Amino acid sequence: MKITSDTTGRVLSTGAALVTILLTLAIIVFIATKGLSTFIINGVPVKDFLFSTNWFPDRPLEEGGPQVGVLAFMLGSIIVSLLAVLVSAPLSVACAVFIREIAPFWGQRVLQPAIEILAGIPSVVYGYIGLSLLVPFIREHLGGLGFSVLAGFLVLSVMILPTIVSMSVDSLRALPQEWKEAAYALGSTRWQTIRIVLLPAARSGIITGVVLGLARAFGEALAVQMVIGNTRKIPGSILDPVITLTSAITMDMGNTPMGSLWSNSLWSMGLLLLFISCLFILVVRFVVQRSEMSQ
Amino acid sequence: MKARSADKLATAIIWAGALIVIAVLASIIGYILFNGGKSISWDFLTKPAQVIHSGGGIGPQIFNSFYLLALSMLITIPVGLLGGIYLAEYARPSKLTGGLRLCIETLNSLPSIVIGLFGLLVFVNMTGWGYTLMSGALALTVINLPLIVRYTEEALQSVPASLREASLALGASHWQTIVKVVLPGAFPGLVSGFIITSGRVFGEAAALLFTAGMSSPALDFSQWNIFNSSSPLNPFRPAETLAVHIWKVNTEGLIPDLRRVADGSAAVLILIVLGFNLLARWLGHRIYRHMTAT
Repeated sequence: MKITSDTTGRVLSTGAALVTILLTLAIIVFIATKGLSTFIINGVPVKDFLFSTNWFPDRPLEEGGPQVGVLAFMLGSIIVSLLAVLVSAPLSVACAVFIREIAPFWGQRVLQPAIEILAGIPSVVYGYIGLSLLVPFIREHLGGLGFSVLAGFLVLSVMILPTIVSMSVDSLRALPQEWKEAAYALGSTRWQTIRIVLLPAARSGIITGVVLGLARAFGEALAVQMVIGNTRKIPGSILDPVITLTSAITMDMGNTPMGSLWSNSLWSMGLLLLFISCLFILVVRFVVQRSEMSQ
Repeated sequence: MKARSADKLATAIIWAGALIVIAVLASIIGYILFNGGKSISWDFLTKPAQVIHSGGGIGPQIFNSFYLLALSMLITIPVGLLGGIYLAEYARPSKLTGGLRLCIETLNSLPSIVIGLFGLLVFVNMTGWGYTLMSGALALTVINLPLIVRYTEEALQSVPASLREASLALGASHWQTIVKVVLPGAFPGLVSGFIITSGRVFGEAAALLFTAGMSSPALDFSQWNIFNSSSPLNPFRPAETLAVHIWKVNTEGLIPDLRRVADGSAAVLILIVLGFNLLARWLGHRIYRHMTAT
């Protein structure tokens, strides 16, 4: 049999597809294997790991032995990323509506390029801006150290804005023009048209954007780590410092010997992050599927 | 009348929202360029960084960033291009296609610190290389790959079906059609996709902390033997990139002129990333015009 270039091409591109799939599986398998060793090798009960705030990874045996409870880290991640979404989502939807409905001229010439630039700014630069502008501002005008939940979620809310805006703009653009015309013909004002017709119809795209933004905020490491102070305690107010899963990994991974309980529990946090980001993908898929079914 | 005033109020609020975003962007860019612009000089751009003394530059960091990007693109572009061709040309609705799309989605939304951990485990420890440019390039590949596959698929799908049909009707095989007709037609889209991806990963730091490392050994720019450990081109040496340098200076810096270095580095990074975005638009546009002769 003669091997034609046609077969070669097909084999090569299928090969590349398989490489991508294998790579994804490898990531999951390797992180899972390493992340589970806290529970399998060190014998830490999953319940203690997830629901305890006792974090003494290197406490000697005579003082009660090491304990690795990551509840404070997890709550930190959840608080900071949820607050970021709470600030960013309404602002993003307003921007999307502005671009599509209120002022398409300014929207497409000024706001949209501005949001594309925001999307391109690297996360360390966001962290640097937070550290050199936001943190001193909070320290001088609101009190506390400046390194705080507030600084963390404000930085994140700007970072995730482009994600939510672009998804919302896309889904507003996909709506049939007739719906808007029908609403206007019935005598609606522009705001009524937006609120009653357009936004509900674009709901699934907006929700997808918000979930993707939340996922991005949850997984962001350096920008957050630079501004939140990284104190291993559950914060009492938004001016208190806080720590997240990602910032704990960032700070300690380089200083702990591989195979120690401390290092293993950092890997378990990585696994937790991986697990949660997969969860976000499932939520997005569910939202998209439901909206496809209802159409 | 009530609906009217609600309409006016809502319009005002939405305008305010848009203005807030513009103001935030303007203050970020303004702050960086104003503060950083003062520290950028030829010396700053070419001299090596200092650990304790003042007067350090970011020359090796800039070189490392570009070299790492090039190494990673060398690996990602062939694989990503072929993966995109598979999705756009060969994939039929099947388990494999569905699985591939799910994998691309997963890769795309993985936190980069998790990719860094994977890199530390596989490309640093299992290979026994330690912190090297190569490990960093492979970690960046994991971040690049889903983006390149997606841009390729989009670019290929934007080529009109009539071109494909004409080529097939002339007796060309499917692969010949892809190589001779579809890929050239998709070229402007591919180029801008690749450059946008480059801009995205140029600022990546979290995935590099534990793969390419946070140190930059003294480089001898006259040593072009890539096996020499002081050669800038040696892919098996640790390399701190510009983005990692910004993080490190801001969080662990000991130098007295920390602010100057941090401000300047951020300005350089932003200018390069913006440059990538402008280049992508301009080049894509230019190639398109060149090809369609308009």
